[in-house]
Amino acid sequence: MYQDVILDHYKNPHGRGLRDGDAEVHHVNPTCGDEITLRVKYDGTTISDVSYEGQGCSISQASASVLNELLVGKELADAQKIQETFLELMQSKGKLEPDDAMEEVLEDAVAFAGVSKYPARVKCALLSWMAWKDATAQALGGADAERKTA
Amino acid sequence: MTQLPGLLDTEAIRKDFPILDRVLHDGKKLVYLDNAATSQTPRQVIDVLDEYYEQHNANVHRGVHVLAEEATALYEGARDKVAAFINAPSRDEVIFTKNASESLNLVANMLGWADEPYRVDHDTEIVITEMEHHSNIVPWQLLSQRTGAKLKWFGLTDDGRLDLSNIDEVITEKTKIVSFVLVSNILGTHNPVEAIVRRAQEVGALVLIDASQAAPHMPLDVQALQADFVAFTGHKMCGPTGIGVLWGRQELLEDLPPFLGGGEMIETVSMHSSTYAPAPHKFEAGTPPIAQAVGLGAAIDYLSSIGMDKILAHEHALTEYAVQKLTQVPDLRIIGPSTAEDRGAAISFTLGDIHPHDVGQVLDEQGIAVRVGHHCARPVCLRYGIPATTRASFYLYSTPAEVDALVEGLEHVRNFFG
Repeated sequence: MYQDVILDHYKNPHGRGLRDGDAEVHHVNPTCGDEITLRVKYDGTTISDVSYEGQGCSISQASASVLNELLVGKELADAQKIQETFLELMQSKGKLEPDDAMEEVLEDAVAFAGVSKYPARVKCALLSWMAWKDATAQALGGADAERKTA
Repeated sequence: MTQLPGLLDTEAIRKDFPILDRVLHDGKKLVYLDNAATSQTPRQVIDVLDEYYEQHNANVHRGVHVLAEEATALYEGARDKVAAFINAPSRDEVIFTKNASESLNLVANMLGWADEPYRVDHDTEIVITEMEHHSNIVPWQLLSQRTGAKLKWFGLTDDGRLDLSNIDEVITEKTKIVSFVLVSNILGTHNPVEAIVRRAQEVGALVLIDASQAAPHMPLDVQALQADFVAFTGHKMCGPTGIGVLWGRQELLEDLPPFLGGGEMIETVSMHSSTYAPAPHKFEAGTPPIAQAVGLGAAIDYLSSIGMDKILAHEHALTEYAVQKLTQVPDLRIIGPSTAEDRGAAISFTLGDIHPHDVGQVLDEQGIAVRVGHHCARPVCLRYGIPATTRASFYLYSTPAEVDALVEGLEHVRNFFG
């Protein structure tokens, strides 16, 4: 489970710390107490930043770091594809052997494949990704709403 | 092998528990240190459960056929065993529930619907402590929200004990119920009952004791405790899941209203109204967990054959050894009393900055089962400024060698994340 890539991200997280954002969410994993506060910043439909602060196990913290590395600078549609692919991998119960196409999409996140064998830890790996999805819905939904009222 | 005074013959005892022979992860022997979450089940209990389903299964209290009478006798026999185990003055004071949470919720609901003088309403106060399991916090929060009663609690000292310095301000004339844990599931603290009960009696408040982490590990005498209610669960004391106990003083059970309505708990029913069966049946609506109660009876037989005082001595010796060994692990901080005095055999700790989930996972890879997280006692984690803990908890079959395996495992964890 503890691939070197995961331990590296845990010990040297990318983009950690809260910065300016369009929306902020706070997600917790009630079974273990992992927590994350996550902000997204969009430039149109381009992700200009994902900033976060949290506490939790190596899996949850490394996953947030990988998310930051993968998603910042991406177009929303590409990011959604990465998120969906990561979700598919994490829900595979260890039965999915990532192929080249999947590795190309997920890059470092493919290291989490082993985590999917541990049901108790899947939530840890998904915490930041679910937070990002939620924050994105709020940021873009909110922007839509503003446009409508403007 | 380490020999400590007071230890049980674990070699013999472990033969009763088939699961302890399991080998995990390519050859790692199971080291089961999660007994505060649930205990393992001895062959003697498994056999009784098998026999019940193979020979006696029927619904209770309603048939006239042989199986119904046998099932009823076994179910009510289990009640006798529980009553004797906790020294209850009457078997009718033993209510079967599905677990300790249901027992605690049952009391909260009895008091919410009660008439004077028991009624909890907006002018009254409920007292709990900061070291309660969520199951002894949330039911009182619900009752407080629904009635307007004020919820108060005792705080904790830095070394994991109840802070009773302000007991006269916390328990007052307005207090209707004081509900607290006898032995904490997260800190291991064994709380001083007498001081709290004395103050509660002074102001006429009822006392409910959560004995979930006590009943499996020490002699429990509800008369000596002088409480009004005592709750515990079967699966932490070698019994099956799905069976809990609420003991309550007879006159209270007569006075207090039922919570769940249904079959079994009635005397007569018309379309307009009903009258209720006497306690304990008044509080046991519907088909009860019959096999589970019978299994709990078998677990009590098993524990009694070994002796609760001997189990207590065994765990105390083991806890003393474990505390001493664990405090030698660099960066390890025990959350709770740092000696074996007045504490049970559940030991929570943090290990430097390594998250307990990671500690638990790497220990699991070595076959060592511990609990990680906030142990359904999140306020304790908040109190001590930690996100979670790792908890090792022992039982009658635990050995010094398993403590050694834990300590070695923790060294491995430190090297892995260091």
